[in-house]
Amino acid sequence: MAETTRISLFPGVFLTAVHTKKFRSCVLGASFLAPLDRETASLNALVPYVLRRGTADRPDMESLSAALDELYGGSIEPVVRTRGEIQCVGFLGSFLDDAYTLDGSAVLEDAAALLGELLLHPRTVSGSFDPDYTASERSNLVDRIRAQVNDKRSYALLRLKREMCAGEPFGVDRLGDEASAIAIGPAALWERYQTLLHTAPLELYYCGSADPERAADALRTALAALPVSERRDSLPRPTAQTAPDQPRLVEEAMDVGQGKLALGFRTGIDAWDPRFPALLLANAIYGGTTTSKLFLNVREKRSLCYYASSQLARYKGLMLVSSGVEFDQFQAARDEILAQLDACRAGQFDDQELEAARRSVVSSLISAADAQGRLEDFWLGQSVAGIPDGPDALAAKAEAVRRDQILEAFAALQLDTIYFLKSKEA
Amino acid sequence: MEQKRYERLGETVWSGRLENGLSIYVDVKPGFHKTFAFFATNYGGIDMRFCLDGQWQETPAGVAHFLEHKMFDTKDGNALQVLSANGASPNAFTSSAITGYYFESTQGFEENLRTLLSFVSVPWFTQESVDKEQGIIGQEIQMIEDDPEWRSYNELLAALYDHHPIRVSVAGSRESISHITADTLYACHKAFYDPANMVLCVAGDVDPERVAALAREILPAVGAPAIPRDYGGPEAPKAAHPIRELEMAVSTPLFQLGFKADPAPHGQEHLRQELTGDLLCEVLAGSSSPLYAKLYREGLINKDFSGGYAAYPGCAFLSFGGESRDPAAVRDAVLSEAARLAREGVDEALFLRLKKASYGAAVRGLNSFEYVCIQMAQDHFAGADHMDFPAVYESIRKEDVEDALRRWCVPERAAMAVIRPKEGV
Repeated sequence: MAETTRISLFPGVFLTAVHTKKFRSCVLGASFLAPLDRETASLNALVPYVLRRGTADRPDMESLSAALDELYGGSIEPVVRTRGEIQCVGFLGSFLDDAYTLDGSAVLEDAAALLGELLLHPRTVSGSFDPDYTASERSNLVDRIRAQVNDKRSYALLRLKREMCAGEPFGVDRLGDEASAIAIGPAALWERYQTLLHTAPLELYYCGSADPERAADALRTALAALPVSERRDSLPRPTAQTAPDQPRLVEEAMDVGQGKLALGFRTGIDAWDPRFPALLLANAIYGGTTTSKLFLNVREKRSLCYYASSQLARYKGLMLVSSGVEFDQFQAARDEILAQLDACRAGQFDDQELEAARRSVVSSLISAADAQGRLEDFWLGQSVAGIPDGPDALAAKAEAVRRDQILEAFAALQLDTIYFLKSKEA
Repeated sequence: MEQKRYERLGETVWSGRLENGLSIYVDVKPGFHKTFAFFATNYGGIDMRFCLDGQWQETPAGVAHFLEHKMFDTKDGNALQVLSANGASPNAFTSSAITGYYFESTQGFEENLRTLLSFVSVPWFTQESVDKEQGIIGQEIQMIEDDPEWRSYNELLAALYDHHPIRVSVAGSRESISHITADTLYACHKAFYDPANMVLCVAGDVDPERVAALAREILPAVGAPAIPRDYGGPEAPKAAHPIRELEMAVSTPLFQLGFKADPAPHGQEHLRQELTGDLLCEVLAGSSSPLYAKLYREGLINKDFSGGYAAYPGCAFLSFGGESRDPAAVRDAVLSEAARLAREGVDEALFLRLKKASYGAAVRGLNSFEYVCIQMAQDHFAGADHMDFPAVYESIRKEDVEDALRRWCVPERAAMAVIRPKEGV
């Protein structure tokens, strides 16, 4: 098993280092953490994209690409993610591991230096971001927000979250909204960048063959110019909300050939809750796997949907069901999706279903440690939340969950909102 | 089984061929918990016309994909459920050229492998279950037809090619799949799911001899010779239609720009053409190219823009796609950059840098068991050894890329598909 170490580099700046020799590449990541907020979401989301356009020493994309090519085709891309009600903005890089370079040269130190350069030394014009870069990336951000409608499956989930959590930070999209993005001015963006530099907690990540201390040294050197600040306070856990007495129904019409039906539930159990492993199993039994109630009954047995599955928003305490349905099957699909949940609540799942769900949850966690991308994604969430459990620890907890605990998790679920994307012609 | 060590990559691959003709590759990965097994047939969406037992058969578009769905049915139930219940994550896909079945698991590998080999090799269909599947696949077709990226890619192929079946959607249409019967499926299974037409690739910390022993135990002892297939004869080098356009519910126009390349030869040259084609895409419009920087600066492309080379039996092409407010301007810029490179040649320093970068990316790709197994299988069917890519990279010269560019990246061979926003969405 890989060793995972957490090292404090500066106040509010932590490195999670996974030491393993089994991969051909190493992963390097850096994310500033900010409370998810309608006022700042688009600004925060824009920062890494503008930073990625050029640094003081490598002022354009050509020179940055050349530097990455020399690092054996390494990549450092802007990433904007959310974990619960925290927005994580920064860079994620993947590089050839030192063991596989053609001339035996080290990549880690140079890669970390490039990451530091991107974060801290942007190309500036008169003391602010290059106005051309700001304008062009703002326009790209607006396009990216508008393009969310293109993939109807993820769009339906995005709309569900926005409607269900209107008024809560979680209802704000990771990219913010179109109107705020259009309104971004160069001064506000530079000021937001300075705020992140001076006050935002910074989460760093390394996974590869190098000793964690060597990775820490490389990053300490690379980030030496980061302002020293005592104000990088960790961010709070989201507060739990309850569902309305009557579930909300939101319908939207578009020019599509297949309908999308999405249902949002309040789980009352988030990732910090000791009952969380039981909820993981409950979700797997209900809709998280190909042996689940939703897959077997709604899709296979009754052919009501092409896909029907459930997933957890674990750092917020939500369960989201997503399905693709024929327009005239909306009622039947919704009724069947809810009937399957009632069956679960009533304990109508046998030991075989329970153990299949457990095997799926455990296997998925254990194999996450074998995939660098999934492992980084997992640790970002845990690091942001301050939860020390790695995939193996969580898998061990899932192994120990009992049937009565799963029933307790099912009992806590409350339907909050139903979203239906239908045809314009219907 | 024979062991081959790829020193520069740190990989050890065992391979062999059973008496029944099945080829096996096992990439031994010490230190990993998970194992990935991939069982594939050299049969995909394009194999609609073939000669079985002396008779030419015409099958409906989408039959390979339909068969993939139905293979999970067994006499005792459903293999997907059996594998899932045993903690494995099973799935399958059908591409234009191959159909592959796979699972990933962290325990019970041998039992899961038995299940995989058994359900893929033993067909069991009833007309009733075939009728029911028409509904499920009809839904899937509806879903992908709402996917603008998928549509733009398919439209590009329909624009580039005149008659090669690559221009037909792998899933078929609601109409074409309505002609599929249980008998069609049995005939296609007999024609293409023969061990001699299949490959088994495994990556993980497993014993290669056990993999071979299980395959020998479960699969038929004797294989059949390959059957003739028909793709309608060679295609002319020029693109069939310069442009195809569609309107959909999208925010910004999406496009795919393609160049018809020469079909790839069989053998190690197949891999060489693939790596040359990929390098050509990088040189012409990859993220490090001068053209990419220019188009990005002008706001004509965004970070979604990407390109690559692809080869299938009887056809190969380059494609570049993404979102743009002015797809025609992107096409004109790519054509004019191709003309400049054909005239002036490729910058030597840029070429060497891109070769180094492509090599690094290919090595990093080995992290993914799924990628490794699928690549090994595809290259096996093409007669090439995927893990030889470091030596192949070394052999590719700047002139090879320039030659390919002068032949392929010319206006007559270019086609474009554009998905435009529908009014009032």
